[in-house]
Amino acid sequence: MSKLTSSSSELDLDRPNIEDYLPTDSIQEPHAKLRLRDLLDISPTLTEAAGAIVDDSFTRCFKSNPPEPWNWNVYLFPLWCLGVVVRYGILFPGRVLILTFGWIIFLSCYIPVHLLLKGHDKLRKRLERALVELICSFFVASWTGVVKYHGPRPCARPKQVFVANHTSMIDFIVLEQMTAFAVIMQKHPGWVGLLQSTILESVGCIWFNRSEAKDREIVARKLREHVEGADNNPLLIFPEGTCVNNHYTVMFKKGAFELGSTVCPIAIKYNKIFVDAFWNSRKQSFTTHLLQLMTSWAVVCDVWYLEPQNMKPGETPIEFAERVRGIISVRAGLKMVPWDGYLKYSRPSPKHRESKQQCFAESVLRRLEEK
Amino acid sequence: MGNTSSMLTQYDIEEVQEHCNNTFSQQEIVSLYQRFCQLDRNSGGFISADEFLSVPEFAVNPLSQRLFRMVDGLNFKEFVAFLSAFSSRATLQHKVEFIFKVYDSDGNGKVAFSDLLDVLRDLTGQFISEQQRELVLTHVLEEAGYKKDSLLVPSDFMKILGNTELKMEVEVPVD
Repeated sequence: MSKLTSSSSELDLDRPNIEDYLPTDSIQEPHAKLRLRDLLDISPTLTEAAGAIVDDSFTRCFKSNPPEPWNWNVYLFPLWCLGVVVRYGILFPGRVLILTFGWIIFLSCYIPVHLLLKGHDKLRKRLERALVELICSFFVASWTGVVKYHGPRPCARPKQVFVANHTSMIDFIVLEQMTAFAVIMQKHPGWVGLLQSTILESVGCIWFNRSEAKDREIVARKLREHVEGADNNPLLIFPEGTCVNNHYTVMFKKGAFELGSTVCPIAIKYNKIFVDAFWNSRKQSFTTHLLQLMTSWAVVCDVWYLEPQNMKPGETPIEFAERVRGIISVRAGLKMVPWDGYLKYSRPSPKHRESKQQCFAESVLRRLEEK
Repeated sequence: MGNTSSMLTQYDIEEVQEHCNNTFSQQEIVSLYQRFCQLDRNSGGFISADEFLSVPEFAVNPLSQRLFRMVDGLNFKEFVAFLSAFSSRATLQHKVEFIFKVYDSDGNGKVAFSDLLDVLRDLTGQFISEQQRELVLTHVLEEAGYKKDSLLVPSDFMKILGNTELKMEVEVPVD
């Protein structure tokens, strides 16, 4: 089995108190003399463990709920079959055609602009930005995306970053078709990686590598440099660090919130009516995910551009991150859970267990003193 | 309703229910099966260490290792029987016997001072020294009328814990 590493660097000591979210039954009554039964009675700890086995909030965040079947009837089933024929036979080829057409236009404009305008940087950047927005619109059209944007459109100003909740890589495409953001992403293999290293480089994207520990400092430095640059594209960050199923939000990483710039929250909520846009990277590859979107009726979502936030005096970056997470979660109707998204890839730090142990140990010693 | 319940027939459900002495309702068993399948990601028929420890709430629990040893390699029927101590329909005796089994790691029916010390170490970690732990245990044991070298059996546990309010219940979410 693969060896999972303990993510001690991610979980800082001044994070919001996780014990507030977890059941607190293991806290003993404070003032009573210590008896044998108090030490023998491990039922609170056992109950917590059994509760985690039966249902836990972390797994719930990444559960893709399959849509309820509605075709269980004599007349509904043929309707559904007709729908399948239309979706796979008519819509899907049509969409592939649109997408191919879009790519042809894009490449035939992008390659000349990229090669010929090497000297005129400003013009080249402007054209490349417009072209990236164009190809993203083609992508959204290929899933018949019905995207409603609420709120003022983002503008390119220095010293500001945009943060959004993350459900799938299509979040980036949905946002990019409106404004050409520079994004910070995990480098992917395959054709996605190719796209990342060629086209997305031109918009000014930053790459990170989850599995490298030292990577954090390098990325933090790159972020700071980008934000300070005057004519860089506005930076979009997904602070959850991983795709969540659009019912919950996991803890935001503080990297985006300690750059000393204004944070503009964006909330994205997908309507599951035709398809579930959650990309469960454990279950499907991105290509399969895209194909699934292209063979469904439509992708419906709402995007809210929310009021820019600044760090309040006396607020730590983590508190700031949690505050912004609250704003986004409320707007999109998502529940907040206290877990770090990277726990998908690594074990929790021993600090959690140690704080429980410390709590119990202190109460035992205190009660021993009681007469 | 749910997609995975089609993999469990009514016979299966009744067999599992009988095995756990009717401590779970049929709906709860279906929910537990969905959960079992969700945790058993590689569909091996049992939940491995990695799969259990991938649940962060379980991994941060001080007694997770002990519990894991009890639940390692169990198939679904035994998994439900294991969890039956946490049902609201389980008797107090059943719960106390479960606690006994957690202490009695070698399964010989007797809990020695070392077993008690092991569990206390799991619960307190490095925040109490080993000597202090021994002192505390010896002190409360003697106060309850036992000696340091006494071997506790389930009836002793029943006597000590029998009249406490043992809150050991977990609710199985039913869709």
